[in-house]
Amino acid sequence: MSEALSAALALLVGLDAKLIEIVLLSLRVSLSAVAIATLLGLPLGAAIAVGRFRGRQTVIVLLNALMGLPPVVVGLLVYLLLSRAGPLGALGILFTPSAMVFAQAILILPIIAALSRQAIEDAWREYEEQLRSLGARRMNAALTLLWDTRFSLLTTILAGFGRAAAEVGAVMIVGGNIDGVTRVMTTTIALETSKGDLPLALGLGMILIAIVIAVNAAAYLTKELAQRRYG
Amino acid sequence: MSNGAILPLRLVDVSFAVGGRSLIDRISLEIGAGPSTIILGANGAGKSVLMRLMHGLLSATSGRIDWNAPERQGAPRKQAMVFQRPVMLRRSAQANVAYALKIAGIPEPQRGTLVRESLESVGLSHLAHRAARVLSGGEQQRLALARAWALHPEVLFLDEPTASLDPGATREIESVIKAFDAAGTKVVMATHNLGQARRLGDEILFLDQGRLVERASVGEFFSKPQSAQAAAFIKGELPWVG
Repeated sequence: MSEALSAALALLVGLDAKLIEIVLLSLRVSLSAVAIATLLGLPLGAAIAVGRFRGRQTVIVLLNALMGLPPVVVGLLVYLLLSRAGPLGALGILFTPSAMVFAQAILILPIIAALSRQAIEDAWREYEEQLRSLGARRMNAALTLLWDTRFSLLTTILAGFGRAAAEVGAVMIVGGNIDGVTRVMTTTIALETSKGDLPLALGLGMILIAIVIAVNAAAYLTKELAQRRYG
Repeated sequence: MSNGAILPLRLVDVSFAVGGRSLIDRISLEIGAGPSTIILGANGAGKSVLMRLMHGLLSATSGRIDWNAPERQGAPRKQAMVFQRPVMLRRSAQANVAYALKIAGIPEPQRGTLVRESLESVGLSHLAHRAARVLSGGEQQRLALARAWALHPEVLFLDEPTASLDPGATREIESVIKAFDAAGTKVVMATHNLGQARRLGDEILFLDQGRLVERASVGEFFSKPQSAQAAAFIKGELPWVG
């Protein structure tokens, strides 16, 4: 155990090329997924927050429920979509990083949409009379609220990132864990642990945790500073 | 009256109920340009609800509310409202005023001057770049008035604008309200503060339990109230009188 740990540290300190490659791919995949899910999820959350339409409550309940989507199920669905015989088979992206981005984006879209819906709806409750008094239309109001809740939304987006970076099931299924092509931190940890190669697994585990802590610390600090600066 | 002015405002048998409880009960009245109108009454008399109905934030359960020139949806508003607690956006003081102008469809090049003038008129020029939500309560309320001022509304509704402010801040707010009045804006203000009603009002609409009980000039209302409720209200608020 202590041997594995010192070997892991040696990998980290020595900036092992293989390890770096895996870390960078993980970041590339998860950040791309976050970008896509944010682009879709924030407007969706804002629209549901200020919108008035039939079935709104059902949509909210479903969205909240989808936050708990099991990654393996998402992986399976995306696999079926992208497999040669599937509806999106022609894209030919199964077992590539693109497929992994696709799966993770679907996994975290409900998280970003549902949490931003909550933040924006709370703000809407506070601002509604004032914005309507000024003559703002709902569309305008939604955009205003997106900007005004920007610091809360940052936390929301990072919650999405945390989920994407930590999941194994979806990327394992649609990426295939191919060495040098689709191997990311989580899938490598799973594989290396089962093979008994603990140093690489441990090293990656430490990096993964460090990234998640760093990202959350940054989010917390940003929010604290913003709170003091903007109230 | 075909000059596009939104006044006079006419209410015919306006009622507003929530869950079977009547908050406004068959109020009919006409509000014209000119003298400032104070909506007076105890807490829960329906002052805020009545103003929100007039301003269009609530829809009457029954009855009609007609402006002389009906507002078109999406067109810039000729009326503004200042609430008891101002709601400021997370941006600078001047950006909050500019935001209102943008919503009102004022082209960007004209906004800068209007923002400066309105901040000047409430004495907030030195705080123009400060984040609006970290200003004090009194400053935020003055900023809310500046935001309304920039729009040059024909009618300004004020819902107990000084209820949560200290006497110093209250005086500052009252002087800005007087300036609105002097500039020709029709002021319609809800308050339960008799001193303020006297200082700022020309006429009183007295509400009791959702009904319009009395309408009179300020002088008449305080010297010889016609209704028992108004007499009791004046006496209750100023127990040392009479």
